Amino acid sequence: MNMHRHFETELDSLKEKLLTMASLAEAAVNRSIRALVERNDELARTVKADDSQLDTLEMEIDELAISLLSKAPLAIDLRLITVAMKISHDLERVGDEATTISRRALELGQEPQLKPYVDIPRMASMGLDMFKEALDAFVNRDPAKARAIIPRDKEVDALNKQLHRELASYMIERPTTITRCLNLMVISKSLERIADHATNVAEEVVYLYEGRDIRHSGKAAAPVTV
Amino acid sequence: MTVSEITLPKFKVDSARPGASAEEHSSRAPLIDLKNLSFYYGRSQALKDISFFIREKVVTAFIGPSGCGKSTLLRCLNRMNDLIDGVRVEGEMRIHGHDINSPEVDVIELRKRVGMVFQRSNPFPKSIHENIAYALRLQGVKDRSEIDGIVENSLRGAALWDEVKDRLHTSALGLSGGQQQRLCIARAIAIKPEIILMDEPASALDPLATAKIEELVLDLKRDYTIVIVTHNMQQAARISDYTAFFYLGELIEYDTTTKIFTNPAKKQTEDYVTGRFG
Repeated sequence: MNMHRHFETELDSLKEKLLTMASLAEAAVNRSIRALVERNDELARTVKADDSQLDTLEMEIDELAISLLSKAPLAIDLRLITVAMKISHDLERVGDEATTISRRALELGQEPQLKPYVDIPRMASMGLDMFKEALDAFVNRDPAKARAIIPRDKEVDALNKQLHRELASYMIERPTTITRCLNLMVISKSLERIADHATNVAEEVVYLYEGRDIRHSGKAAAPVTV
Repeated sequence: MTVSEITLPKFKVDSARPGASAEEHSSRAPLIDLKNLSFYYGRSQALKDISFFIREKVVTAFIGPSGCGKSTLLRCLNRMNDLIDGVRVEGEMRIHGHDINSPEVDVIELRKRVGMVFQRSNPFPKSIHENIAYALRLQGVKDRSEIDGIVENSLRGAALWDEVKDRLHTSALGLSGGQQQRLCIARAIAIKPEIILMDEPASALDPLATAKIEELVLDLKRDYTIVIVTHNMQQAARISDYTAFFYLGELIEYDTTTKIFTNPAKKQTEDYVTGRFG
């Protein structure tokens, strides 16, 4: 008989809640970008309304994690619980970014569209792909896959900078576009932050399965030697 | 030759062996050096080819399921196993570089240098004062004021003085379990050992008494090298600097306690510390 049946069940519940959060966060970002591109105010409003689900789940995960920590877990169990608390915080922040995007989409809907949206959906897609792969690495216990995600953050950073430069020149040339440009800059920054959160999750997955803290160390591409 | 005469400060570390590469406390000199140690009870082999270092003035925990050999190894360190018939030791066990299984070693002297505290507190059925003074008199200390001074210092060292100073001449058997265990620690440190071996010293105590013993262990490591056998993983995590995990007589993994309890290298260790076997 497995002497840790109840503990394992609670750990499974923790993982399930995380994956539910991930699915909600991903849907929120997708909807916020669709609301922007399709100029769909109704869709934008649903993003803000649904954000509370992510907030609730984050608190539930913290509560469950504290309860599990009180049972003094060690090794992989200890790492899983501490990582779950961090990942849930990242997912909650992704939800917040989606809310910001949808709020700005609502404001942009009040005026004619400044330009065709090309880079913004691309940034969203890159960030969400990073997120999905980080969570796949979490589910499939694949730290190598998680490591491979981390350098891609720079590509999203570069797109954000490029978009800022482009919008700055718009503002200089046509001051009437300033409000729209600022809204788009905020959206671009939110997408850049989403990729940062995906990077955090990937780093946490590496820590979970390798026990190595690779944050701030430039070790993302280091070979795995466990 | 007696162990107390042994001094060999320049002790070469073989970097290929367990314990040699640990980062924390790496400046601490290896004090106990086990090399290819095997131990037999008759034909049954209880320890299999154990090799590692124990560093001085740190707490080293031995963990592992029942029957894994951890208590046998602990008892090897002061040759307590000599008291059992039909046992046999192979390999080397060195303290300060000198083999303690050598025929020239005076075992009584060895046990003075390597004290022991057992799972069940075992005070003598005498007064608190006499529990400590007895061993001192056996060692030839006759001066009463000197004995009183050592008794007080030992009781202070074992964090017991304030609780017993007004009843030093009452029976030690009237103390609580936790106090009796601290008296045994006071008795062990009275004869100024270098190493203190502890075999599950808090397993029969309530959480408060356990916490006092753990605090005491952390205080004592300033002056002593402590090796502790425990079944309580959290206790090992709280008080030890290094942990050795044994299974079926083999040393499976030895590293800093932080590494063993957060990210062990071996799956067997991982399974044991997470409670999935053992």
